[in-house]
Order: sequence, then C-alpha cells, then structure tokens
Amino acid sequence: MSSSHHSHKETDILIEKQGFDDHFHEHHEGDKYQTNFLFKYIFSMDHKIIARQFLMTGIFWAIIGAAMSIIFRLQLGFPDESIAWLKPILGKWIIINDAGMGSLDPEFYYALVTMHGTIIVFFVLTAGLSGTFSNLLIPLQLGARDMASPFLNMLSYWFFFLSSVVMFYSLFLSTGPFSGGWTAYPPLSALPQASIGSGAGMTLWLVSLALFVVSVLLGGMNYITTVLNLRTKGMSLWRMPLTIWAFLVTAILALLSFPVLFSGFLLLIFDRSLGTSFYISDIFINGMALDRIGGSPILYQHIFWFLGHPEVYIIILPAMGLVSEVLSVHARKPIFGYRAMVYSILAIAFLSFIVWAHHMFMSGVNPFISNFFVVFTLIIAVPSAVKVFNWISTLYGGNIRLNTPMLFCIGFVSMFISGGLTGIFLGNSAIDIQQHDTYFVVAHFHIVMGVAAFFGMFAGVYHWFPKMFGRFMNETLGKVHFWITMIGAYAVFGPMHFLGMAGVPRRYYRFDSFEAFTGFDDMNKFITIAAIITFFAQIMFVVNFFWSMYKGRKVTNQNPWGATTLEWTTPIEAGHGNWPGKIPSVQRWAYDYGKDGIEFTQQHVPLREGEEHSSH
Amino acid sequence: MPIVQMFHKELPPDKIQAYKFALWIGMASIIMFFAAITSAYLVRKPVGNWYEFKLPVQFFYSTILIVLSSVFIENAYKSMKLGNENRYKLNIVFGTALGLAFIVMQIISWKVMVSTGLFIDLNVSVSFLYVISGFHALHVIGGLVVLLISLLNAFLIEFQPDPMRILKSNLVRQYWHFVGILWLYLLIFLILQ
Ligand code: HEM
Ligand SMILES: [Cu+2]
Repeated sequence: MSSSHHSHKETDILIEKQGFDDHFHEHHEGDKYQTNFLFKYIFSMDHKIIARQFLMTGIFWAIIGAAMSIIFRLQLGFPDESIAWLKPILGKWIIINDAGMGSLDPEFYYALVTMHGTIIVFFVLTAGLSGTFSNLLIPLQLGARDMASPFLNMLSYWFFFLSSVVMFYSLFLSTGPFSGGWTAYPPLSALPQASIGSGAGMTLWLVSLALFVVSVLLGGMNYITTVLNLRTKGMSLWRMPLTIWAFLVTAILALLSFPVLFSGFLLLIFDRSLGTSFYISDIFINGMALDRIGGSPILYQHIFWFLGHPEVYIIILPAMGLVSEVLSVHARKPIFGYRAMVYSILAIAFLSFIVWAHHMFMSGVNPFISNFFVVFTLIIAVPSAVKVFNWISTLYGGNIRLNTPMLFCIGFVSMFISGGLTGIFLGNSAIDIQQHDTYFVVAHFHIVMGVAAFFGMFAGVYHWFPKMFGRFMNETLGKVHFWITMIGAYAVFGPMHFLGMAGVPRRYYRFDSFEAFTGFDDMNKFITIAAIITFFAQIMFVVNFFWSMYKGRKVTNQNPWGATTLEWTTPIEAGHGNWPGKIPSVQRWAYDYGKDGIEFTQQHVPLREGEEHSSH
Repeated sequence: MPIVQMFHKELPPDKIQAYKFALWIGMASIIMFFAAITSAYLVRKPVGNWYEFKLPVQFFYSTILIVLSSVFIENAYKSMKLGNENRYKLNIVFGTALGLAFIVMQIISWKVMVSTGLFIDLNVSVSFLYVISGFHALHVIGGLVVLLISLLNAFLIEFQPDPMRILKSNLVRQYWHFVGILWLYLLIFLILQ
C-alpha cells in the first residue's frame, strides 16, 4: 500500500494552493486579546484554551465526585468498620462513639450520594465532556478560525466556573450540601425544614445549577451557530466528521431541554421562598401539618425528566461521536454506515423527548399513558442498535491498532451493549414495578451512561492529547488504566444487577435491619473493594495526564495518527486562528481510508486524477 | 466587535448571518421555557384545588401598548433601511416609550391583583399568573435595555445606515416582535384557560 501521507511542508503548500483566503491574519484585532498572560490563559477567548479549561475543571470535579463514591461505598461495604481515620478530612460528619468507633453521619451519606450524582452528571459528563470536545474540535474539524462568538464562549466557561464555585462552597456548609438526591424531588427539595441539607445546601444547589444552565445555553448557542455558519469551503454537512454531528445535535438537545429544567427550578425556588405551592401538598413535618396545599410533586417529576432523559443523551451523544471517530481512525477503515450513523443520532435525539415518563412508571401516572412511553422507550433501542452494529462492522476486517484510545472505544461499545440491554427490561412498565428504585437501575445507568461516557471521554483524551499539548500520553500506563477500569467497572456494577433483582433498594444507608438482604454482605464488600481499585486506576490516569503534559513523548508529526480530519492539518502548536495562513478547503468526506489502495487521504487533498468521490 | 464575522465575510451569501441565527436559537430556548411553564399549568389544573378568578383588565391595556410599540419598532427598522434619519429617531422614541409603558402597565396589573387579595401564595392558579407574566416581563426588560441603547445611539452617534447598523436594528426588531408575540400567546392561553 502506498501512502498519501503528507509531510508538514506538503500539507502547508497544499493549503496555500487550495486553501481559502479569509485574510484573517491581516486583521489586527484578531490577535489583540492574546497579548498578555491573563488574557492568553485565563480570560482567553481562544477555543483551544477554553477546551482545556473545561477539561481541567472536569478532571477536578471527577476526582471529587469519585472520591465521594468511595466514601459511601466504604459505608455500604464495611458498615461495621471504624472510619475514624477519615475524621481529619470529614470532620463532624464522622461520628465517633464511646468505643472509639467512627461511622459516617447518615445525613452526610445522603449528601454524598446526592453530590456524587450531581457532580458526575452535570459537571463532569456534561461540562467536562461536551465543553472540552465541542470547544476543541468544532472549529478545528470544520476549518474555522474560532467559534462564532469567542466572547460568549468565554462567558460559557466562566459561568460554569461560577457554578462550580457555588457548588464547591456548599460542600463546606455547617448543615452540609443538598442531600435529597441528584433529581431533587420535592418535598425534600422544596421544604427547607425537610432535612438539614434542604436548607442552605439546597439553595446553593439551585443557584449553582441555574448558573450551570446559563453556561450550557451560551455554549450550545455558539456550537450550533458555528457548525451551521462557519464551515470552511467545501465542508458540506455530509462531509462533517461524526464528532461534529454529535456535538451539533447535543447542543440542540441542550437548548431545547435545559430551559425546561430552568423553569422547573424557578417554580421550586418560588415554593421555597415565596410560599407558593406548585409542588407541595398535604405534608406533615414532625407531626405538624403544613398549610401548603394544592401542589403536585408529580409535576416536578414531569418537568425534571423532560430534561432528565434528553440529558442522558446530552451525555452519551458526544461520547458516541468521539468513539465513532477514534474507532475509524485506529481501525484504518471508513466508519461503517456513515449516513445511518447520522440518522440514528437524529432519531435518538427526537425520541429522547418523548420517553421521559419511563422514569415515572411508579409515580402513579396513568398506566394507560405509561404504554405510550413504553413503546417509544423500546423504539429508542432500534437506532441505538444500529449504531452498535455499525461500530462492530467498522472493526470487522479493520487493520486494528490496539492502542489505548482504541481499547477505550471497544470498551465503550461493550458497556453500551450491556447497559442498553438492561434498559430494555426497565423500559417495560410491568417489569419496572419490581426493578424501580433498586440497584438494578443503578447498575443500568452507571454502565450505559456513567462508564460508557467516561470511556468515550478517555478515548478522546488519549487520542487528542497530542493536539492539545503537543505530546503523547504514556501508552503503557494507558493500557494498564484501561484494563483495570474495564474489569473494575464490570466488577462494580455487574453484581448490582443481582442486588437489584433481589429488590435491594438504592440510596439506603445500611441493610442489616432487613432480613431479606443480609445475604449480600459479601457482595457489597466485593463491590467496594473493586471500586477502590478502580478509583486508584483513575488516579493513575490523572498522574499520567499531568506528567505527559510536561514530560510525555513529543509529537514530531503534524498528523501523528494518520487521520483524515482537518485538526491534523494545523501546526503542532496551533496559534490563534488555528492555521498560520489560509484555511484548508475541503475536497472529500471525512473517512477516506484504504481507498484505491491508498492508506488514507486527508480531507483537504483534492481528488486524484480519475478518482471518484466516495459514496456514502 | 464581531470578530469572526470578519473572518468569513467572503463566505457565500446563502448562509444566514451568524448573529441572526444565534438570536433565533436563543428564541427557541425561550420558547421552550414558556412552553414548559404553560404545560405545567395544563398538567396542574385538572388535579383540582384551583382557584378561578378574572384576569385584571389592565393586562388587555398592556397588550395594546406592546402591539403599538412593535409597529413603531418595525417602522424604525424600515426608516433605517431607507436612510431616513428623522423618521428613524421618531419611531425609536415612540417604540421605546411604549415598551416602557408596557412594563408600567404590567406593574399596575400586579398591584391591582394584590389590592384585590390575589396574593402570589393564595392558590397555584394565582401563582402561575404571576410567574408567567413576571418572567415575560423580565424578557421584555431585556429587550428594553437594548432599545434604550439604540435610542442613545440614535441621538449620540452619527446616523449611518451601513450594513452593520441595519443588522443590529434588525436583530432588535426581531427580538422585540418576538416578546410581543410571546405576550399575545400567553394572554390567549390564559383567556382560554
Ligand atoms: C436501550 C435504551 C434504554 C432504555 C430502554 C432505558 C430505559 C430506562 C428506564 C425505563 C429507566 C427507569 C428505571 C427506573 O427508575 O425504574 C432508566 C433509567 C436510567 N437510564 Fe436508561 N435506558 C436506555 C438507555 C440509556 C442510556 C443510553 C442512558 C444514558 C446515556 C441511560 C441513562 C439512564 C439513567 C441516568 C437512568 C436513571 C436515573 C435515575 O433514576 O437516577 N439509559 N432507563
Ligand atoms: Cu430515561
């Protein structure tokens, strides 16, 4: 096989010859906000820097969120062991009894579970994932100088930052952070007197998430406008890499669903502070009846899950996009069924708006209406299966490089299959009567969303690290990271299916007062130990990440993976405006691998003599 | 300054201007916000314990004000395009004044409600009315801020109907019509309920 691998020089010459001249570097204003350290690295408007800011903040939250889960897993796995050694970190939340035995304050246990969910879902897998990769890849892969509005883009990060500060602060309140579950159902979330976390903790939770919604809306508006308006010459929609399709549709989902969550939160704020009763009705607290009547807690659930279900796809679609791209690059094959992939993304996005009540089968919604939601829920499995089929077909017969990014892609596909299958059980309203609010649900969504989305993110980080930092991550550590995480994740969440089928409820502090659940002590120990090991593998990843930033093997080739997309036509350390001269114009689709006996051809390379466009 | 606008000024004209497009996306999310609140209203009402009352008549007066205001802003935009400075100034003054009057009239409506004992925490039906009209008013105030800036610009900067100013004027006009139509929708929704 010959290769059309272009050296630096060739790529640059080709861009000068074929590229599109937007006279970017003749405008001085373009560079003026990069003059000093403060505006270059802190209040930067450059999408590449903003991407790194989202990533760093995401990593920070991931460590905190994961550490919290280890603490509550210690409680579940070893309820009778002393954890007095945590006292220096957790302070008064560790209660030491007369015998010197330290145990976790039950209120704080709930706070940890709540914060773990909130942090991972919103701050890590929404902001950390979409924020990082939409920012990094949308302009680079589309041949744009930056986002449509670099200023709003910067604001999007800073609103996320503010939101993070508020949430972080709430962890240190003397009454603790919010403790009513990441879904914040009323009445626990609506009545400050309902639990200690429902007071100041919940107020800050709401403030933080309101700021978060603003960040998502500013970012999403920018992503959509950039994708639809700022593509370079020749980059038609059907030539866009699947990453971009995924980010585009994710942003649309976010723009349509987050305002709804916002409205739900506003009504909640009114209930908390103005004495309204949107969600509150007929409540006794400490034996006293409240005078708040007429509200409906189910109303909150409808509003929450109208966002909540699209939100799970807001998390998984970018991961799917990253996996499609990385999988194809390292299988050295065009992605199988490109158009089918795009149509499935669109179908999933559309359907995700009409399935929300599958989270509410047990809330007393009309069983007749439930049927409607059962049907659409099960239909989502179809486009999901199309995607799985296409990933596997892309691997089939590929010239596979089994490096770390590729391993994480394969891990993603495995997780998505396992977790998708359990979704089909839950989607049946009759079966859900048994499974709802048990560890079966916990197992389902951690595998299909939590672990899978993390795998997509890891694949993305390992693959685009050379683009972000000009160096490679350590490959050996990467592989060890993958294998421990892959095996560890199944070891943690696999057994939870059994717990759930036996009816063990989620969010309980301990189980020894239930005769039925005493047989699971060993299983819970096993899960906790697996979680701790998996956690340390993630710390290893973080170490690898920061070590490689400064000490990793240097990238010497503009296009180290032999990929086809435009981000690999920029200089290794791309400056402001991404391309030093003209921007590349696009001549072909994003997946020309192995065509006419040529290993790969980049998107900016014109058709060879007699060559036809790839049909897809 | 719209930096990126300049990078791509030679892109084919079939693409929608980026700021206009971003505004539409913003409107879509505002629509989702109000759709959510009005759906919540629809879901909540049949559950019962719903206090029926009449909408204060001031809401209808304010409707007239915001519709008239839209007419003036439309004229202002047209005058900008035709390069007619005096007509532009006149229309922008009246449009902004009527917008302010709309907000004042909404405040009067809420005062009337309070004076007849319709407090926000009396019943969910009343709470909904405050929430709907209140958050609509916030969106109008956002538009008013921009209108006031245009008004200042009209008198402080030289009148220059170049493409950039025409575009800005168009963006203001579109958003203003949008909040006007939004109010009509909300009012009709409330009447039908
Ligand atoms: C094959 C497609 C899927 C089906 C049929 C399905 C079905 C369901 C159902 C019915 C529930 C509610 C269970 C209960 O609370 O009793 C549920 C929970 C959940 N699913 Fe899925 N699911 C699917 C795929 C996904 C995907 C792709 C994600 C995320 C990327 C996801 C994330 C979640 C989450 C986060 C929850 C639980 C939220 C909570 O209660 O805290 N699911 N799923
Ligand atoms: Cu769902």
